Amino acid sequence: MSVKTAANPGTRTERAPGPNPSMKRRKPSLGQRIWRERWSYTFIVPGALFFLVFAYVPMLGNVVAFQQYSPFRGIEGSPWVGFANFNAIWADPEVLTALRNTLIIAVLQLVLAFPAPIALALLLNSLISDRIKRMVQTVVYLPYFLSWVIVISVWQQVLGGGGLVAGLLDGFGVSGFDAMSNADTFKLLVVAQGIWKDCGWGTIIFFAAIAGIPNDRYEAAAIDGATPWQRTWHITLPALVPVATLLLILNIGSILTVGFEQLLLQQPMVGADAAQVIDTFVYFRGVLGGQWGIATAAGLLKGVIGTILVLSANRVAKRLGGEGIF
Amino acid sequence: MATAAALPIRRKQGTAPWMKPPSVWVRGIKALVIALIVITMIYPLVYVIAMSFAAPSQARAGVIFPTEFSLDAYRAIFNGGTVTQGLTNSLFITVVGTILSLAATSMLAWGLARTRQVPGAKAVLVLILATMFFSAGIIPNFMLIKYLGLLDSTWSLIIPGLISAFNMIVIRNFFQGLPEELIEAARIDGAGEWRIFLQIVLPLSKPVLAVMGLFYAVGYWNTYFNALLYINDSEKWPIQVVLQQYVLAGVQIPGAMVSPDAPPPPGITLQMAVIVLATVPILVVYPFLQRYFTSGVLTGAIKG
Repeated sequence: MSVKTAANPGTRTERAPGPNPSMKRRKPSLGQRIWRERWSYTFIVPGALFFLVFAYVPMLGNVVAFQQYSPFRGIEGSPWVGFANFNAIWADPEVLTALRNTLIIAVLQLVLAFPAPIALALLLNSLISDRIKRMVQTVVYLPYFLSWVIVISVWQQVLGGGGLVAGLLDGFGVSGFDAMSNADTFKLLVVAQGIWKDCGWGTIIFFAAIAGIPNDRYEAAAIDGATPWQRTWHITLPALVPVATLLLILNIGSILTVGFEQLLLQQPMVGADAAQVIDTFVYFRGVLGGQWGIATAAGLLKGVIGTILVLSANRVAKRLGGEGIF
Repeated sequence: MATAAALPIRRKQGTAPWMKPPSVWVRGIKALVIALIVITMIYPLVYVIAMSFAAPSQARAGVIFPTEFSLDAYRAIFNGGTVTQGLTNSLFITVVGTILSLAATSMLAWGLARTRQVPGAKAVLVLILATMFFSAGIIPNFMLIKYLGLLDSTWSLIIPGLISAFNMIVIRNFFQGLPEELIEAARIDGAGEWRIFLQIVLPLSKPVLAVMGLFYAVGYWNTYFNALLYINDSEKWPIQVVLQQYVLAGVQIPGAMVSPDAPPPPGITLQMAVIVLATVPILVVYPFLQRYFTSGVLTGAIKG
């Protein structure tokens, strides 16, 4: 990331004077340019300060991962312990549970939830009536805007103990149905909730890609005798590959971030063995348990691994001939 | 352009003349799948809304759709006060947060719209974009809020999320598409930069500001975890935390009675009613949001 972004502004500034030959003769000095654009900085500086304070300063707070931190002593007063917190992480059975749960959910999401919007977009795209298409879109986008608290509350009323489905099954003589507190199927439930909430919204970006496919391609294929299936397979799907790759790279980068609020909210129902992931571990161990050093170390490790993953996925995507994001 | 003129057929409408209508079977299966998807998406919400209005006898019996209705649950909730307090808090966070966010985001976006001319702007832009991929983590953020003395303050739910890098890029893209001649003309006529921004740039950018404002508003309304993390005082809880307490954690809503002598409405209708109250603002705003999805404001930004 840093290599490429450093190169980017360079190429821009080299190109910039090109179209304007007068600039070449008497290029204004940096000071002159800054003075001429001084008003711009009144717009930039407040926002830049915001990002400095609320995005970059907290990153420094990660030094706590190398301390035996206590809020009373603060960062300056807490003793430095080197990598002791990281060593403690590997010895902690809870971390291993959290890591295992995180990876299982991430893989399930990748296999089940990732292709779902592609399939839905293709299905909706194949509808002939524009009115029905728009109507369905209106419905499937909606859950994306509901908070996790609302989504889980609604699911609880439908699939939980004493909920709608439990009541229906009671009528057939099956009692005690409660999908919301079943630890064995919990991970599938998490993925299903994710699909319910985000799948519809996820189609938007694929619709944009589909809209960019020139119509004459379909026409030519149809004239050559391609069936609707073949047209989907050979024209539409390949056009979605670049977008799908981009999303896949981003997904791989956040593979260790699996629905934090979603899991935090449901952990009381299914227990920590089934619902502890790295983020919830950081929250419970650090903020509630007071073991700041270990929790921060776990969070930092997660961030570093995520960064490495996104950079490597990007490199692989480029090597395979696709477009990366950086 | 040339091909569009040569082929005066309806484009992108699905029914090009060379397309044969699919067979009855294919259409039937598609209709079935679509119907299933729509029902799965919408029925849970309809059910919750309907049950919040169900008469107590029906709510206790558990029906698929109530036939007798009552407003007792809502009356009880508004008598209780806790939920009303939560709604008021969320309304404050949403309104104030959205206004401040729009102001801060559009200012920064305008400042960064001319990266080529302004020295250093490109570097600032890159550093801001990087925050979309890295974040500091829960504990360092908590420590910062604590250090700033914002713990237990409503502002801790507004200030840390004031500018979203993504929204800033969307607005910046829109600004860059504004006609430059117009702005140059105003400058030649002697308008100051602030005047240009307030009287030309912002009015011209109403569509993008509306979308981004709605997105910010939804985000503020849905604030949950930050409130859990930063706010201890239950008087200051936003509605999402209130909802989690009374619906998911199963805490009784204090004082939720229609009148002191009548039996309180069944817990299930109370819970449903809290869910509905937390959802209604989103449902109200949604049709306005929805208009912009297809307008390309968003998809254009994603591609750029």
